[in-house]
Amino acid sequence: MSDKIPVTVLTGYLGAGKTTLLNRILSEPHGKKYAVIVNEFGEIGIDNDLIVGADEEVFEMNNGCICCTVRGDLIRILDGLLKRRGQFDGILVETTGLADPAPVAQTFFLDDTVGGRTALDAVVTVADAKWLKARLKDAPEAKNQIGFADIILLNKIDLVTSEELREVELRIRAINPYAKIHRTERCDVPIQSLLGQGAFDLQRILEIEPQFLAGEHHHDGHGHHHHNGGPKHYHDEDMQSLSLRSDEPLDPDKFLPWINDLVAKEGPKILRCKGILSFKDDPQRFVLQGVHMVLDGDHQRDWKSDEKRESRLVFIGREFDAAAIEQAFLACVA
Amino acid sequence: MPVETASLTSKVRAIETGSHVVAIHFTGESAAIATGKGEILIAGGCEALIQAHKGAILAAAGDGKRIFTAGDDGKLVATDIEGEAETLADSGGQWIDQVALGPSGTLAWSVGKTAFVRANKGERSLEAPSTVGGLAFAPKGLRLAIAHYNGATLWFPNADAKPETLAWKGSHLGALFSPDGRFLITTMQEQALHGWRLADGQHMRMSGYPTRVRFLSFTANEEWLATSGAQEVILWPFRTRDGPMGKEPFMLAPGPSGTRVTAVACHPKQELLAVGYSDGMVMLVRLADAAEVLVSRPSGAPVSALTWRADGKILAFGTENGKAGLLSL
Repeated sequence: MSDKIPVTVLTGYLGAGKTTLLNRILSEPHGKKYAVIVNEFGEIGIDNDLIVGADEEVFEMNNGCICCTVRGDLIRILDGLLKRRGQFDGILVETTGLADPAPVAQTFFLDDTVGGRTALDAVVTVADAKWLKARLKDAPEAKNQIGFADIILLNKIDLVTSEELREVELRIRAINPYAKIHRTERCDVPIQSLLGQGAFDLQRILEIEPQFLAGEHHHDGHGHHHHNGGPKHYHDEDMQSLSLRSDEPLDPDKFLPWINDLVAKEGPKILRCKGILSFKDDPQRFVLQGVHMVLDGDHQRDWKSDEKRESRLVFIGREFDAAAIEQAFLACVA
Repeated sequence: MPVETASLTSKVRAIETGSHVVAIHFTGESAAIATGKGEILIAGGCEALIQAHKGAILAAAGDGKRIFTAGDDGKLVATDIEGEAETLADSGGQWIDQVALGPSGTLAWSVGKTAFVRANKGERSLEAPSTVGGLAFAPKGLRLAIAHYNGATLWFPNADAKPETLAWKGSHLGALFSPDGRFLITTMQEQALHGWRLADGQHMRMSGYPTRVRFLSFTANEEWLATSGAQEVILWPFRTRDGPMGKEPFMLAPGPSGTRVTAVACHPKQELLAVGYSDGMVMLVRLADAAEVLVSRPSGAPVSALTWRADGKILAFGTENGKAGLLSL
C-alpha cells in the first residue's frame, strides 16, 4: 500500500525543546492536519484538534529476544487513530525525555497492522546545545536518542559560544556521523526539512555518507575499504559507529546469512544499521536497514551505468567488536 | 478442478458508511453500524443516522436491544433503535477503548489501566497491571476476564475475593470465554492465541499465525474455535476435555494469494461460517463440506466487522473503507 500514513517521532532529553518543536510544526501554515501523540496528556499547552495521551508501555515480545520490544501503547493508539483514517495527513509522536527510541521504531516493523498502514518517517531528536555534553555523560537515554536520530536539532544555540557549539557538534558526530544536524534557536527550522524524510524507507536510501560539519572538507573515500570515515576528533566512550566498504561484489549466499546471524547475536548492541550492497551477477542494488535485531532488506533498483558499484554498510551501536565485524564483512566478497 | 462459486451478491443490500466500519450489532430487527466518524447507522427495518460520538468509535457491544459504543471522545454511549442515545460514562477525554456486555445486562469498559463494571448494585473498578487489552464476561455468573501485559486477570466484581491472575509472558490484547465457561482464550501481540483451562490453569498455546488474530468465534455446536489472522480460517478443536492441547487445527476457506482472513463469525444455529478477507471479500462456508458461497466481492479494504443477527437470518458486514452490507438468508 502506497498510502501509508507517515509518522514522525520526536525525541529529546528533558527541557531540550520538544514541545516548542511540536508547536512550531503544528502552527506553521502547511495546510496539513496532524494527529499528535503526547506522553503527558493535558499537562502541556499544545494546540491541536487531535491529541492523544500515551502512557509509555514497553512490551517485550514473547519470542526469546530481549531487544525485540514494542510500545504497546503506541500499537493501541495507532489502531484507534486508523479508524479515523482520512481525517489527518500524518502522525507526530512525542516521547518522554527518558524514552528509548528503539521500541518506538521497532513497533513499525514488528506489528503487522501498524507496519501495514503507517510508515515511520524519521526520528527527530532535539538536543540542548548548552546541556547536551553534560547529559551525554550522565544520561544513557540522551546518548541513545542521539545515536538513533535521523535528524538532530541542536537547539538553543544562542546560549553557547561558537567554540562550544563546534565542540558539542563534534561530540554528536562521534556518536552518530550520519544524522543531519540543524542548528536552531527555539527550534526554528523549516518543517519540510523534518517531515517527509523517508528515513526508514528502503526505496529512499540513496547514499550512505557521513555528514560533515560546516567548513570541513570531505576527506573520506580512496581506500579499498576503511572504517570511521567521519571526524575522529572525539571518541565516545561507549557509543560508536562503523562504516564498511567494499569495491568487490559480495556473495549474497555468504553475506545474507552472515548479517542475519550478526543482528541475531549482536542485535542488542546495534542501535541502527543501513546498507547499500552490490551482489555478484546482480544488476540491482540491494538495500537494507535495521534496528537492533529487526532487519529489513530488499532489491531497490538497477545500478546506473555511471554509478560506482560498491557496497556500503554502516552500524551505530555500543561495544561491538568492530574489527571482527569488518573481517567477517570482507569475507563475504564473492 | 475449478468450480463455479455460487453467489449471493445480488441479495446483498449495500450501505455506504463513508468511514471505517468499527463494529456492527443488531438492535431489534435492525443492524446498528458503528463507524470511525462516531456515527451509528441503523439499517434494515428502521433507518436512522445518529452522531453518537464526537470522534471515532473504538469498540462496541450489543445486547440485542441497544448498541454500547466506546469512543475516543472519552464517552460510553448506549443507543437504541429509535435513535435515543444515552451517555453512560465520561472519562473526561481519555479514550475508552474496550467495552463488553455480560449476563443480565452487566456492562464493563476500560480507560487505560482501569476496568469498570456497572451492574444493578452500582459501579466498581479495578486497576490492571498495564493497559487493558481486552474484556470478556464469563457466560455464567458475574466474572470478568481482563487481558493485559503478561497475562489476564479474573475478577468477580460482586465478591470481595482477590482477583485471580493467569500469567503468560507477552501482551494479551483480546479475550473470550468458551461457551461452556471452561476455557479462557486471549489474542496476543505475538500473533498467537493463548488459552487457560480454568479448572487447573493448564496452558494452551495456539500459534503459527502470520498476523495478529482479531476475530474469535465459536461454532454453533461449540466444538470449534474459528479464528482470523491467516490465509485461511484456522479452527481449533474444543470438543474434548483438553481442548486443543496437543492437537492440530483444521483449516478452511483459503483466500486468494496475498490475502488474509481478517474477520470470522460463526452462524448462531447452523454449522456455517461467515468469513471476511483483507481484500474486502465476504464468503459463507459450510463446515461439513467446505462448500463456499460468495457474499461480497473484493472492495479493496479489509473486512473489519462481521456479525449475525441472533436468529441467524441476517448477516451484516463492513470494511475499513466504509462499505457495509446486509444479507438476508
